[in-house]
This record gives sequence, C-alpha cells and structure tokens, in this order.
Amino acid sequence: MPEPMITAAQVRHIASLAQLEFDEEQIELFTRQLGSILAYFEQIRELDTEGVEPTSHALDLVNAFRPDAPRPSLPPEAAVANAPEQESGHFKVPQVI
Amino acid sequence: MESDVFGPAGLRAREIASAVRGGRLRAADLCRRTIDAARGLGEALGAFNSVLADSAMACAQEIDRRVVSGEDPGPLAGVPLAIKDNICTRGSRTTCSSRILEDFVPPYDATAVTRLRAAGGVIVAKTNMDEFAMGSSNENSAFRLCRNPWDIERVPGGSSGGSAAAVASGIVPAALGSETGGSVRQPASLCGIVGVKPTYGRVSRYGLVAFASSLDQIGVLAADVADAALILSIIAGHDPLDSTSAPEPVEPYVSLLSGDLRSVTFGLPDEYFVSGMDPEVERLVKGAVERIGGAGGRIVPVSLPHTRFAIPTYYLIATAEASSNLARYDGVRYGLREPSRTLEEMYRRTRSAGFGAEVRRRIMLGTYVLSAGYYDAYYLKAQKVRTLLRRDFEEAFRKSDIILTPTSPTPAFRLGEKTEAPLEMYLSDIFTATANLAGLPAISIPCGLASGRLPVGLQLIGDHFQEPALFKAAAAVEALLGPTGMRPPLAAT
Repeated sequence: MPEPMITAAQVRHIASLAQLEFDEEQIELFTRQLGSILAYFEQIRELDTEGVEPTSHALDLVNAFRPDAPRPSLPPEAAVANAPEQESGHFKVPQVI
Repeated sequence: MESDVFGPAGLRAREIASAVRGGRLRAADLCRRTIDAARGLGEALGAFNSVLADSAMACAQEIDRRVVSGEDPGPLAGVPLAIKDNICTRGSRTTCSSRILEDFVPPYDATAVTRLRAAGGVIVAKTNMDEFAMGSSNENSAFRLCRNPWDIERVPGGSSGGSAAAVASGIVPAALGSETGGSVRQPASLCGIVGVKPTYGRVSRYGLVAFASSLDQIGVLAADVADAALILSIIAGHDPLDSTSAPEPVEPYVSLLSGDLRSVTFGLPDEYFVSGMDPEVERLVKGAVERIGGAGGRIVPVSLPHTRFAIPTYYLIATAEASSNLARYDGVRYGLREPSRTLEEMYRRTRSAGFGAEVRRRIMLGTYVLSAGYYDAYYLKAQKVRTLLRRDFEEAFRKSDIILTPTSPTPAFRLGEKTEAPLEMYLSDIFTATANLAGLPAISIPCGLASGRLPVGLQLIGDHFQEPALFKAAAAVEALLGPTGMRPPLAAT
C-alpha cells in the first residue's frame, strides 16, 4: 500500500488555514478526492525543469503606473452598500478583542 | 427570415444593429421579444440567473429615441446581450452562481459592460455559470441546473454554460463569458456556437470577479465568427483601470475577415489527437482538417511535447491563485454573513456556508499547494512547466500561423455523469487550458454533429495578439465548412 498523498490530519490543518470547517464525513471525502488529484499531479515531478525560469504571467508586461493624481471614486455610501452590517459609513464586525 | 440560423428572429448581432440603425427594427420591440424568450425558453434551459427586464427596456427605448432624433446609436444599436454572472453590472445582482454573493449588487459596471453599453448594446440578462467559474459542466451552480439546448439531459459545458445555452438557443445573438482554462470555448463547442478567448490582457478585467489572475480573460460567445469579431473589437483594448490590460492597439477585426485559406499555414499537433478521445470528435475534426487541406490550406505537423502536463500544471496554478483570490469572501464587506460571536468564527462559518463543494475543494487544493513545504514542489514547479508549455507554442508558431485542434475531447456529456469524479471533469479542459497557460488567443467553431445530433467544435489557436489572423482563418474555415444548418431542437422562434 503506497503512502497516502495526504492524510485526514493534513486536510484538517489545511481547512483551518483556509478558514473552512468540515464534518468528519467531508474530511474523509476530501482526503480521498484531494489524494487522487494530487497523485495525478505527481506526474509533473518527472519533468526536468533545472534552469527553467518560472512563468508567473503570460505576457512580458512590466509594472503599469498611472499618474498619482486624484480621480473620482465611489462615494462612501456606495462602497458600504453591500455590507452585511454597517454603521455610519463603516463596515461593522463582531468584537475582535 | 431564415429558420436555420441562430439569433433572435434569425438575425445576427450585426444585422440587428444595421436594422435598428436604419429604422427598420425597433430596439424596444426586439427587447420585449428577447425578454419573453429569456423568461420562457431561458427558464426551461436554466440559462439565466436574472433577467433585467426594466433596465433593458429603458435602454432599448433610449436607443430608439436616438435613432429617431438622428443621433448615432452605436455599432451594436439595440443588440440584446447576455452577460455571465461573474461580470459586474451596476445595480444588477452579480452572483457568480454562489450563495456567498447571492445578494451582491455591484456599484459599478465592468469595463467590458461599459463598452458594450456605449456601443448601443442592450444588457438583457445575467447568465448561469459554474460557481465562481469553477467547472466544465455548469453543474456547480448553487442555484439551478443549466441544460444543453441540443439535448436537455446533457450539460451545456462550463463554466460559461448559461451564456452558451442562451446563444445556441437563439435567445440572444451573443453573450460575454469568461475563461480561465476553456470556460468560453468548451461550452461553445458543446452547444454548437462560436467562442473566442482573446490574448491574455486583450480585454480589461476591471469588474470581472477574479478566479485565477494569471489566466483569467473575458471572452465572447456568438452565433458566428463575424459577430464574435465585432463584439471583441468593441470590448478589447487598454483600460487604465486594469493594470494587466495590454497597451497594443486593437485592429478592426471585422473588416479583416476576408481572405482565403491558401495563405495560411495550419499546424496540427500530434499530441492533441490522443487515445481516449471520442471517436466521433476525432472523425469530425480530422474531416475538417482534410477539407481545409483540400481547399488549399497548408497543413504541417507541429509538436507540443509538454501537452500531457498541461492539466496538472493548469489545476495547480488555478487552484493556488483561486485560494488566494477567494480569501476576500469573509462576510465583512459584501455577500453572505453567518451570525457569529467572534470574527474568526464568522469567517469560518460564512465561508463554509457560502461556498459550494467544488469551490471548497479548489480552495483546499490551492491552500495545500501553497502551504509551507509544498510551494516549491507544486506551485513553483507548475510555473516552470508553464514556461516549457509556452516554449512549445513559440516553436510551433515558427512553422505555422494557426494551430488546429479539437476543442473538447467529447461532445456534451450527460447531466450527473462526471459530478462524482472531479478529476475526470478536470480532463474536459485538456485541449483548452494550454492557450490560457500560454496566454494565447483561441477560438472554437462548430465542425459538425456527432452521431448526427451533438455539436463538436474545432479549435484554432493563434499567436499573441494575432486576433486578426485568428479571426481571418476562422472565418475562412467557417465558410468552407459551410452553413451547417445546425439548429438545436430547443430554439427561440
């Protein structure tokens, strides 16, 4: 039996990093599904990429700058209009500390 | 009016605009008919998340007013258009087919939408899609199934499935979609229409909800190549609001469409004719290649040796970037919020309740491949393989102008056929994801019906910013393959 690509404990750890919660049944399902997907992905490891530069962007665009001048922007009431909770133009969240 | 062509009342976008501009067709009348079709046939197909009846009628009436008063109503005057529901429309819900954005009403238009409106286009509906554009069948919508107008027991493809179904059934002549790994071309192929993904950076992404930023690009679905070219020429071009949009000038694609196949060298990559491909797809695509050769197109073999690594490379990069982009959905600024006592509990409960299974699966995968100890082995490795895939294309374009491949390895599959096997679903993108990884423009055009009833697409891939050559070749191939008389059983009258 080959070593599993990913364990249930790792899946729980990843879930906490991603701010997601799962019940045990889902953890079991994801462990299996992520394991088979990762096993399929293993094939790229066989490729020799020594000295190959990574591509992070398909075009050779360099940083694009615009003049640092003020422009019209969204009015504050429009910016918070979609907030689940707001108070006097601010986003409101549960107590943090 | 022809009964065997697509489009409302049998008209193409350019014909509608010409009739409206000439005062022969009232935009408001067409808009009303389109809204009726969207609510009737569109509802039966599950093509739309929302129909924007009031704003569309107001817009159409304004177009008619301009025509009457002698003002220029624009090159898309009165053309009804549908927009994928991950492209922001001011004042109209933009949900990404996700519970987490179910009630999100953008305070601004995407630049592509702004440009369509300025050209006289009438936005009539927002289309169904796979949640956050993650999927190849539209089955990951949190709201409703979308069906293929050729066979309602089959998927329309994805993730722009609603846009493809809306155009194929003739409710609208054209729609916007978006691509990360084939989400315009694959559903276009499965629904028997034209779908084009431009060069990375060709169309502004301002207002497109981000999935995988190094791959995402807005594309066009239309009934034929000329309409796709017309609409792309309107939405393409640099935008100061998107720092990744390219400064290259946009050529008038439509006026460049004439030409014949004899001046074009087509590259045929062996690696795209793999075992396991549906035999009908292989037969129809090879048949199309033979006809192109017979008509004087030069066909040369090319090699894209790293093709078999494209799917793992694509899914590693796309999930990593998605896990980062989707971190913003936390219940603070917009979208769903699950009541909670603490901030962290709110993040977890909101995200767990708001994202569907495939989105959570991809966030998990992406978080894993970016996590400490795995970054080099997965994400960095995938970026290096991406370089090798780009080099394959650079080499192939030294010998050819356009690369010809199938668009999808199969015709439309049955609803539910692949939902339990994520990896099998991922392989639907095997012929399309390479163009996204390399940033190349590519188009799918219909090349026949498998077993006489399910559409199959032929893909043409061009070099960076060679949209003029791509459209020219696609229009010539389209003319050669002839009016297929392809009209789905479910179509607007």
